[in-house]
Amino acid sequence: MDGVEKAAQPVHPPSMTHHDHDNDHHDHGHGHHHDHDREHSELSEVALRVRALETILTQKGLVDAAALDAIVETYETKIGPRNGARVVARAWADPAYLARLRDNATAAIAELGYGGRQGEHMQIVENTPDTHNMVVCTLCSCYPWPVLGLPPVWYKSAPYRSRAVIDPRGVLKDFGVTLPETMRIRVWDSTAEMRYLVLPMRPAGTEGWSEEQLAHLVTRDSMIGTGLPLTPGASA
Amino acid sequence: MNGPQDLGGMMGFGPVVPERDEPIFHGEWEKRALAVTLACGALGQWTLDESRHARETIPPPHYLSKSYYDIWITALEKLLQRHGMVGADELKHGAALHASAPTRNPALTADRVASALAKGSPTERALATQPRFAIGDHVATKVMHPTTHTRLPRYARGKTGTVKFIHGAHVFPDTHAHDLGEQPCYCYGVEFAATELWGEGADPTLSVMVDCWEPYLEQAS
Repeated sequence: MDGVEKAAQPVHPPSMTHHDHDNDHHDHGHGHHHDHDREHSELSEVALRVRALETILTQKGLVDAAALDAIVETYETKIGPRNGARVVARAWADPAYLARLRDNATAAIAELGYGGRQGEHMQIVENTPDTHNMVVCTLCSCYPWPVLGLPPVWYKSAPYRSRAVIDPRGVLKDFGVTLPETMRIRVWDSTAEMRYLVLPMRPAGTEGWSEEQLAHLVTRDSMIGTGLPLTPGASA
Repeated sequence: MNGPQDLGGMMGFGPVVPERDEPIFHGEWEKRALAVTLACGALGQWTLDESRHARETIPPPHYLSKSYYDIWITALEKLLQRHGMVGADELKHGAALHASAPTRNPALTADRVASALAKGSPTERALATQPRFAIGDHVATKVMHPTTHTRLPRYARGKTGTVKFIHGAHVFPDTHAHDLGEQPCYCYGVEFAATELWGEGADPTLSVMVDCWEPYLEQAS
């Protein structure tokens, strides 16, 4: 049971979060080691159900194993937060692009080749010196896949989904972020098919930087609103 | 429905615990869970709204103790049985024992994965009628507790807010989840002050944007 909880932070009682927290102290250079442990403990539970389901569906010709591999490969190698970082970097560097993003984010994001499933209707929400934006889906796990990839476990978890709309400053504190007391906070609950991408403020000291350099400052969490972009000194 | 999925404003779950250098998948089974869920959805036997409803009808004690991919798989087992594609006996035995009901689309093949994901499932529809509300209008959300699917969270029911965006007309999940058609209607980005949502002690700097379909809304006085 313990292993199961570690492997995939349940939606869930707080006591379990300590296990995940412990994992933070592991050396992630050796990530394979504990991933391996996780799989062993998993196989007794949900992993077996998934395996059985795949077997049944394959035998019935309802799923094709090669298609499953292609789906996994897509989200492992092609779709992830670097896509969103390129969108943000271009918006910082190119005022005409920013204008198109404001006008029709879905189309402007498609210019960079990103779109489709869970990003069919995009809108950007811009941080300003007065307002900070944060995105949540209290009802499930809606998240802009084409620009951010699959959501992290915490985004889908009960602690985040329950608190983001009532205590975002508390949530931000969990991420080590403290905003000025007077700053307005706007939380976007993704209840429909609109998908929101936070456009963080461009860090100071980046005048003249290329889009590629700027993209390195854009973290995934800064595009969800639970983090801020890196600053020039911290980018390396 | 007032199911376990409707978490906004609940307390006691503890801190958010971000995992540093989180892997995309925690183990092989999560990869297969994602892929099988997407591949089955592509067969066209149910809508995304029906699959969301299948997840939120998992009893609260189970829902709250499962990982998210386990929630997906539990709902998928339910959907496959409901649509005559997999039987309980097959799930028990881990092998196919009889034929599936016919499906709308053939099995997704590897060569069609990229185009299927790139296409997605847009939900915006053209509507001949005009939106009932305009940007800046004060609107009140209905008090309702349907036993069926809805996307109006409990914390935002019976509250007054301001229309900030008109997102166009979108498929209405409340009907679409139950095989009652798309019934597209206008969807609005409505801003609610935290003081309106949470009352005394609310963060005065906070507002929450909720996307609300027109049937959820009334004109506020």
